[in-house]
Amino acid sequence: MPWKAPSPLEIYKLLPRTNCKACGEANCMAFAVKLVNMEAKLEQCTPLVTEEKYRKNYEALKEILSPLVKEIEIKSPKRTVKIGGEYVMHRHELTYINPTAIAIDIDDSMSEEEIIKRVKLIESFYYEYLGRKLTLDLIAIRSVTNDPKKFAKAVTIVIENSSLPVILCSFNPKVIEAGLLASPGYRPLIYAATKDNWREMADLALKHEVPLAIFSPGDLDMLMSLAKTLTEYGVQDLALDPGTFTGKKGLSYTIKAFTQLRWKACNEGEKLAGFPLIGTPITAWKMVEGDNQTKAWWEMLIASMLITRYADLLILHSIDGWVLLPLVIWRFNIYTDPRRPVSVEPGLRIIGSPDEYSPVMVTGNYALTYTLVSQDIENAKISCYLLIIDTEGIAVEAAVPANKFTADKIAEALKNSGLSEKVKYKVLIIPGRAARLSGEIEDATGWKVLVGPLDSKDIGPFIKEWWRSEKLKELLES
Amino acid sequence: MKRNRKNVDKNPLVEAIESRITDAILKYGELEFHDVEIEAEELEIVLQPMMHRVVVPVIEKKVKELIKVSFKEPKIEMPGKIVEVKIGATKSEGGTRDRVLIIGGETLPPYYYILGKEVMPHPPIIGADVFDMKIPLPRVVRQHFEDVLDDPIAWAKRWVDKYGAELINIHLVSTDPSIKDTPPSESAKLIEDLLQEVKVPITVGGSGNPEKDVKVFKKIADIAEGERIVLNSLNLDMKLEEIGEHIRNKDCIVIDFSPMDLDKAREINRKLYDYLPKERIIDDLNIAGIGYGLEYGFTVIERARLSALKGDEELQHPLVAAASNAWAAREAWLKMDPYWGPKEIRGPAWEIITGLVALLAGADYLMVVHPLSLKVLKDVIDFLLKGEGPRIDDIYDWVSAKF
Repeated sequence: MPWKAPSPLEIYKLLPRTNCKACGEANCMAFAVKLVNMEAKLEQCTPLVTEEKYRKNYEALKEILSPLVKEIEIKSPKRTVKIGGEYVMHRHELTYINPTAIAIDIDDSMSEEEIIKRVKLIESFYYEYLGRKLTLDLIAIRSVTNDPKKFAKAVTIVIENSSLPVILCSFNPKVIEAGLLASPGYRPLIYAATKDNWREMADLALKHEVPLAIFSPGDLDMLMSLAKTLTEYGVQDLALDPGTFTGKKGLSYTIKAFTQLRWKACNEGEKLAGFPLIGTPITAWKMVEGDNQTKAWWEMLIASMLITRYADLLILHSIDGWVLLPLVIWRFNIYTDPRRPVSVEPGLRIIGSPDEYSPVMVTGNYALTYTLVSQDIENAKISCYLLIIDTEGIAVEAAVPANKFTADKIAEALKNSGLSEKVKYKVLIIPGRAARLSGEIEDATGWKVLVGPLDSKDIGPFIKEWWRSEKLKELLES
Repeated sequence: MKRNRKNVDKNPLVEAIESRITDAILKYGELEFHDVEIEAEELEIVLQPMMHRVVVPVIEKKVKELIKVSFKEPKIEMPGKIVEVKIGATKSEGGTRDRVLIIGGETLPPYYYILGKEVMPHPPIIGADVFDMKIPLPRVVRQHFEDVLDDPIAWAKRWVDKYGAELINIHLVSTDPSIKDTPPSESAKLIEDLLQEVKVPITVGGSGNPEKDVKVFKKIADIAEGERIVLNSLNLDMKLEEIGEHIRNKDCIVIDFSPMDLDKAREINRKLYDYLPKERIIDDLNIAGIGYGLEYGFTVIERARLSALKGDEELQHPLVAAASNAWAAREAWLKMDPYWGPKEIRGPAWEIITGLVALLAGADYLMVVHPLSLKVLKDVIDFLLKGEGPRIDDIYDWVSAKF
């Protein structure tokens, strides 16, 4: 059965019900609601965790609220990456929780300079999107030499030059052990246990208390067998790699494997499938014929499909911006909470240094709308007042027919802004997409409406043409 | 491990083991146990205190051999079925098209593509965009059609002859009263010529002006009678009663457009059932590109398809998604810092990934504007539906491979 959210009442009954506010909420019922919505962590209720009398209830609540895909932590002394922790197969059933972590590889046959250069690129990668920095998460260190000493050296170089958590990649337990010893204070992911080395890898994972990946390419029976064996052996933190095949020979298997594993975990409660899934688009560099650009191209496409279909961790080789850009943006998008659109605070924004002759513009509070509009105004070097209407995070185009961008809301916001006293021209520039509201807005506000461009990129030329005293006088007298 | 020095009745076998263990530790400094079962209640081992480090298996480690379990593929059964829609009519069916495209017919969610024909009876199709006038297009797209941008018929022929398009979406943007207000008769003439010159099935798009589109679609339906063309699109702002019956009589397919809103999709479908058989309706729930709201389109398509399969009869229609909307994203066409690569790659990548996401959510019909998108999306659909099984050797040693 698919995961079903527990009722707040069910949760409330197991909480201390003292309304002590230690969690930051007004009372236990409010906290229960937050827990059900995955907006609070159980551990925020300190009495529950610390007091003996609540132990049973704490355990019960943990069970009720625990995800169907286990959450695994990979750590460096400075950063923690969480993978898994998912409850649902489809985003609209709740929300996806931990965005697909992206790791980029380095290998131990590279020179120290090469490694440092690559590590710096990985570490400094970011793209600014909706006021956030989209970044990469991990470094996957591969043993190409199969030499424990060389591997340990590579690990040492990486951790001296980066604060990112790491994945240690080799099928040779001696190599992995050398890597573990070279990374004290870290909690790396070991990649990977296979049908041939599982016992040695399990011993290492237990001894060093680190999570362990299972690699069983093209063989889901073996993947499940290893998951079963290792769990029984005592390794609890596992991640599953069913193999990432690109192109004609296996893309269909890959999508099927990821989907079916997640289906088993979320809809059938199959514990052996309930571990984070690892995709390795890097294998495109082995499988795809052609030049490096072709390999990187298919690496990007399979990665985008696996972000869409259940990968919790991806290991990539390309560090090119064009490969990573669509991936980090799409990852951000699909992991946004569908219950709450990405929005910004409504209200008045001052752009540049406007005076009493500056224009007043109005738009919605969808984060992307706000970011683009304000950037375009800044780029056009226009000083103005920008009024953000609470459209519940919906873009203007959709907010108009949905009655979320209305003349009344605009009138209210305009009143609260005090702009009537600040500007000389009572002229409101509205988005081109809201043109059909111009009459209503004029009636509700008493201001004249000037219908702006359909796309904010045209604001510059628009202001140049319209924001001139003779035009404005003409408009105000009409 | 227990220590019990008082135990005098020690089993001689245990004593022997103890001494061997102690010797081994003295020799190797460390000892690991393999393939042993230890029952802690019975066994007591006394070790010499000089050892430095002993790695002892914990009690849980009783596992000696791989425990074999099999992966049971989920058996999913859903009561609903998507209707099959036929686009285009060949000579034997009263038209002049060289093929008929069929979409729909699914009984399981799209990620079951991979299970092959039984659940994905028809591969998704891809229509190639053409516009009836020169419109602002990204340079990366324009360069493939530079010489035909003001000749929609030549543009369509380029798509079919050079890039192998199986379906043309022509958009009559010039009919918009605020653009050129091209009269319906003129547009109908263009479509008549297009049907002469190009033999693949055709989808005809309006301008988005609800009054004008009704007039244009009526004329188009007249001249394309029997060709089973697709009219793109009808919405709730239109006077559907003025056109419903006409569309039925002229054997047209329609796309119902209800952006991001399943209630509206149900409502318009319901209204059209009065005029048209279900098998003549495709739904468009709208989609935007990566970074511009793709997650909304992804989720609404996924919700629609799952509801339909669970039995919501008013949503059991094939779904179309205009991946070409991806070009609205600045990352698709803007010149950026060289690190982000040339827009010649970024642009098609944006359209293709938007298309892939739509396919994985459940789209049956994609619209694209760039030739590379047509090719790559076709390839991926082939890989998914006709691909071979994986071969372990292809990737097994990736961790130690030098790239």
